[in-house]
This record gives sequence, C-alpha cells and structure tokens, in this order.
Amino acid sequence: MSGKKTEKIVKAGLYVVVISILGWAYFSGAFQFIIDNPKDLLYLTGQHLKLVGISAALAIATAIPLGILITRPKFKKLDWIVLNFANIGQTVPSLAILALVMSYFGLGWQTAIFALWFNSLLPILRNTVAGIENVNPQIIDAGKGMGMTSKQIFFKLELPNALYAIMAGIRTSVVINVGTGALAFLIGGGGLGDLIFTGISLYDTGIMLSGAVPVILLAVLLDVLLGKLEKIIVPRGLQRTLEAA
Amino acid sequence: MIEFQNVTKIYESGDKKVTAVNNINFHVEPGEICVFLGPSGCGKTTLLRMVNRLIPITSGSIEVEGKNINSMDIIKLRRSIGYVIQHNGLFPNMTIEDNINVVPKMLGWDQNRMKNRYSELMEMMGLDPGQFQKRYPYELSGGQQQRIGIARALAADPPVMLMDEPFGALDPVIRDRLQNEFLRIQKEMKKTILFVSHDIDEAIKLGDKVAIFDTGKLMQIGTPDEILSNPKNDFVRDFVGDDRALKRLTLLKVRDLMVLSDRFRKSRLNSEWHGQVISVNENLKTALSQLLSAPNGEICVVDDHNKKLGVLCVSDFNLFTEVHPKDISIVR
Amino acid sequence: MEILEFVQANWPEILEMTLEHIELVGLAVGIAIITGVPFGIYISQKESLASLVLAVAGIIMTIPSIALFGIMIPIFSLINQGIGFLPAIVALILYSQLPIIRNTYIAIKNVDPNVRDAAIGMGMTTFQRLLKVELPLAFPVIMAGVRTAIVLTIGIGAIAAYIGAGGLGGYIARGISTSYAVMIQVGAISVSILAISIDVLLGKLQKRFSSV
Repeated sequence: MSGKKTEKIVKAGLYVVVISILGWAYFSGAFQFIIDNPKDLLYLTGQHLKLVGISAALAIATAIPLGILITRPKFKKLDWIVLNFANIGQTVPSLAILALVMSYFGLGWQTAIFALWFNSLLPILRNTVAGIENVNPQIIDAGKGMGMTSKQIFFKLELPNALYAIMAGIRTSVVINVGTGALAFLIGGGGLGDLIFTGISLYDTGIMLSGAVPVILLAVLLDVLLGKLEKIIVPRGLQRTLEAA
Repeated sequence: MIEFQNVTKIYESGDKKVTAVNNINFHVEPGEICVFLGPSGCGKTTLLRMVNRLIPITSGSIEVEGKNINSMDIIKLRRSIGYVIQHNGLFPNMTIEDNINVVPKMLGWDQNRMKNRYSELMEMMGLDPGQFQKRYPYELSGGQQQRIGIARALAADPPVMLMDEPFGALDPVIRDRLQNEFLRIQKEMKKTILFVSHDIDEAIKLGDKVAIFDTGKLMQIGTPDEILSNPKNDFVRDFVGDDRALKRLTLLKVRDLMVLSDRFRKSRLNSEWHGQVISVNENLKTALSQLLSAPNGEICVVDDHNKKLGVLCVSDFNLFTEVHPKDISIVR
Repeated sequence: MEILEFVQANWPEILEMTLEHIELVGLAVGIAIITGVPFGIYISQKESLASLVLAVAGIIMTIPSIALFGIMIPIFSLINQGIGFLPAIVALILYSQLPIIRNTYIAIKNVDPNVRDAAIGMGMTTFQRLLKVELPLAFPVIMAGVRTAIVLTIGIGAIAAYIGAGGLGGYIARGISTSYAVMIQVGAISVSILAISIDVLLGKLQKRFSSV
C-alpha cells in the first residue's frame, strides 16, 4: 500500500533532481556548448558507448564461460584461486588498473578497452560462480534422481537458476564501466571524459557539465534498460522469490 | 521386485572408514510400501539413494525387477524410477506443468500425451489442472508443492518409487491429509515404494513393511504389527516406544475385536441406546479413547448404515492383547 | 627495479601522500558512519522512508565518480572552495553512505524476530532494544558495509586528485600528464596495496567480531 506511494514519491523526486540538474546545466552554459558543438558531443558519446559496449561484450564473453568452467566438478579445486584473485582484483581501484595498463601498453583506445575489459570482468565472473554455486543442491539432487544427464542439469537447472545473479553481475559491471569509461580519456581512449576533464582543467562548468550530465544519464539509462532486460531473461518463477530475499 | 543382497556402503576419508550401510539383506514385493525407519545417520537415506545410484554401492548388489542396477544404464535406470525428496525439489524456473513433464519430455513423449498425463495427474492429486498450469512453484503452498512433487515422480508411470521423507517438512494437519491421499492413490497405482521416514507413526500408517535401521544395520523388518507386537531387540523396542501396544491399536479396527469376541454383548442392546456410538470401521485406539471418556464405560458399535451391532467395554481389549497379530489377520 | 629506485628516492613524499589519502578516506568514511548508521537505524524503524532513501542512495551510486566530482566543483565555487579537499570529501561521503545505510538497515531488519519479540516481551523500550539487542547483533553486517565503503572510497579518492584533493592519485595524475611510467606505476601500485591491505585487515576484524 505505502510501497506504491513511496515509489511515486521516489519517481517524482528523481524527476525534480534530473530537471534541476538539466536546468542548472542550461544556466551554466552546458547546452550552449552542446548547441554549438553537437557533432562533438555525438562523436564523444558514440566513442564512449563503443568503449563500454566492446569491453562489456568481451567481459561477458570471457567471464561467463570461465565462471561456468570453474564450477564444473573437474575444475572445482581451482575455484578458490580464481575467486580470491577476483576478490583482490575488485579491491584494486579502477584508476590504478587504467594507469597500470597504460604505463605498459601506452596510450590508445585498445589500451582503454583492455583496461575496461579487465575492470568489468571480475563482477561478472564472481556473480556467475556465486550464482551457479548457490543453486539449491536439492534441485540438482532431484534432477539427478530423475535421470537428467549432466548436460541437461546444466542447461535446464543450473544456468536458468543462476541467471538472476549473472544478470545482476552484468548490470553492475556495465554501470561501473560507464563511469570508468569517463576515465578512459586519460589513457587515450576518448569518450565523454574528454569534456569532463577539459572542463575541470579550464574551470569551465559548461563544458564539464556537457560531459558529466550525459555520462550520468547514460549510466542511469543503461541501469534501467538492463533491469528491464533482466525481467525478460530471468525465468519468471525466480523473480518473486528473489525480490523477497 | 527389489532385492537387497549384502548391500554395503563404506565412506573413506583419509585413513578413516565409516560404514554407513552394513551388509543389508531383504526384499520388497511388487506393490508394497516398504518404510525405512530409523534415527538420523542410521543409513536409511543412503540405502535409498543407492537404489537409483545417486550413491554408488561399495559391495553387494541391488536388483530392481530382476535386473542388477549396476548393469543398467544409469540415466535409463533413474528415469524408470520415481524420486521424491523432502523439500519437493521442484524446479523454481519451470511452471508446474513443465515440472511434471520433465521425465516424459526426456523420454520423448508427444505433446498430446504429456498434456493428458498432466491433467490426469493433477486430478488425481485433487488440483485443478487449468488453474495451476502456468503457475510457478513459489506461488503454491507447501502441501500443494509436495503434491506436485509426487505427481512429478509419477509422471512417466514408473513401477518403482523412492520417497525420501516426502511429508517431513509439512505441518501435522497437512501431513496427515497428504498421507491419506497418498494411501488412496497407492491403492489404485500399486507401485512398489521405498519410503524413508523417521516417524514411527508415519511408518505404521503407510508401511506394508517397516525396516528399522540403526548405525547402518538392519535391526528388524516386518509388518507394522509384527514390529509393534514383537520387537526383536532393545533398540527396536526403544525406538517404537513404550506405548507400542497403544500404537498397535491404530492398526486394528473395531471390527477385528468383534470377530474375536464371542461374548460380544448383543444381549445388552435390547433397549434404546443413549450413550456414545462408534463406527465398526474406526480404529481401536480411537475406540479405547472414547471408552475412557464414556460415562458408563461402554460404547455402542454401529455399522455403515448406523445399525447397532453391539456394545464395547474396556475389558474386551484383554482378548486382543493375548492374540498374536498373525491370528488376527487369519481371522480377518 | 626502476620502481624500487623511485620509491627509495621519494619515500617521504609517498608516505605523505599515503597519509593524505588515509586522511581523506578516514574523514569521509568517519563522517559517513556518524551520519549513515543512525540514518540506517532510523529508516529501519520507519519502513515508509526506507525504500525512498535506499533508492536515492542507489542512484547516487550509479553516478560516475568523476561526474560527481565535476558537479561538486561549481557548487563549491559558490563558497570559493571549487577545487581541493572540501568537494572531494563531500563526494566521498555521498558515495560511502549507500553501503553503510543499506547494511545498517538490512542488519537491523534481519535480527531474528524471535529475539526481538523476546526483548519486547521482557519489557525493553525501543531504545533499550536497539542498544542492547539489535545493534550488537547487527554489528558484523554493519562492519561489512563500512568495509565496502572504505575500499570504495580508497579507489574513488585516487580520482579525487584530479580536482586537487591530494593523496596517492596525485602520482597517477602527474605521471599520466608527464608520461612518466614509473611514477604512474608507483602511484597505482601503492594505492592498490593500500586498498588490498585495508580490505584484508578489516576482513580479519570482521571475522573476529562476527564469531563473538
């Protein structure tokens, strides 16, 4: 009852915040910059999306198979090594990762992609492993007892039941990646960070906001979109139990 | 039907050897419910899980329908045996219909046949097929989930069912209801069922045979009445409890006592009866309980048509304590 | 080897920057604890506020850190503090709020209802219940939130160097702008070591407390 009401208040509050930021951006000349340089903004946004998209796709393509691999019985003994590595890796600040990669590979967008890939790998890997390992063992036992082959157990039970966690990992990782992508400018990756850092160093709020606002909107937008995707992909039978948990 | 021969399971961890199941020998007839009873860690679940090879046998052999399970394809074996576990093990990512059709689908049944089987099973379980078809397990109550668990195990009509404390997680009222439904279904299906339980009352109620285990050994196997009236050793005696004579009464009907008793008090039935009455099909424990609360120590026995058959009093129970269970079944 | 030489030559500066970094993080998280824990307790008693607060905090978390820093600058310019320590601290406090508020809230909500019932049944007031029953039981989970906040803030604090907040990020920023690889590496490695060692340390502390 009050949940709906609160939701409305939250939404209204958010609109107010967004509108006020946009209004502020307008008055400090951010839109003037955008109106004057629409191509720049479009180009940088495209670059930003490319950085985030390619690195996220690569991260998904490596982390999920790796996560699946180390949860197979044959490799089970290795999983603590990978998980410890992932835990420590996640503690390392993203700027440090970017800087380190750059100091060895030099400036360039390949460097940026590599750094972002590494940065987004770990949340997905960790969630894939946790998702698969947390599947209720009784379900697996029932499946085995009913005569499912190990392939069927994986595709019909383990994977669908781990999807929620895997999707959450992808979502977290992509949203973080949008932010880290803004730092990619520092190592020659381009993107919207260009405007932010230029604005900061020039003390030009307009330029800075014309980079910062799109980055924020991009992050929020991707978060919402991936949330919607999650609703479509995750089996419906799992969604309510997880909301409750 | 199911034959256990010198079945042994030894777990080894390091230098330690733990014998979980120790040289078990017995067999279960077709259409029988055999309850494996015992405290936790007695090996009953291990033994059950060895039948569909979820746990490999260390030595000895198990035969199902005359075939050694180790000589069969493991996947085929499991698909031919129904399996129900305590927390139902329904797959949360699948609808109720998909859950029930898991095994038929793997066996390659066509859509129509699966649909019909689904409806048939749901009706058997007293659930509306249409209402539940597209629902997910989380939307069902515990009792409903367990019914679906049993229906799923029955789906491909396996001759043998393994049930690991299927009613263990339910509250007593629901458990009692499901037990009754289960017995009703079993009357038609005549499956051969191995049923793990730690509850002596459940074992007495459901089992055609009860096998009592302790520390991996088979202590006694027999009909519930044999076990209650003739416990083989101290462990069985303790496990069934000091009130085993009372428990035994639940196995018998008022009718049984009437058959035994020649001096059944028909004479006292001349005039109108104002006291309590009891059905001839009621069990003797209920009858005793009613007698104890009857003001004049007597109750009237009636048949299904409410016709008065006689009068029962506490002293009639003396007859029964002297009679061996086998004699009762002969009389019956 | 160059790294070692660099460290040998500049260790007083590295030490100073590390301390600066710790000061930044310590102050931010300290303030976040002082504000976030009571706030988390408050919303755990006021369910209608909880989802609102958690949603807003969640959205703040999705705002990329450099963008938030950027937004802080013009706001603090109004009081002539546009660049430096103050905007950085405020941004870091905002970031560390979410894990602390959320964990406090969850921890108190997750206290076994039977225990809470027993406390109420024994005649404890709401305040006594919080102080004597719920907070002690919730402590390990709150600690976990603080740990997450600290590790997060160490990382974001490195970025704060770009708005002149000092700390180990300074080496990274200076190294990148002058293409001085060794300086970058020293900055990056030392901030990583700081984050990892504090994480490990807090993990040990957490284990000790949760076993009590």
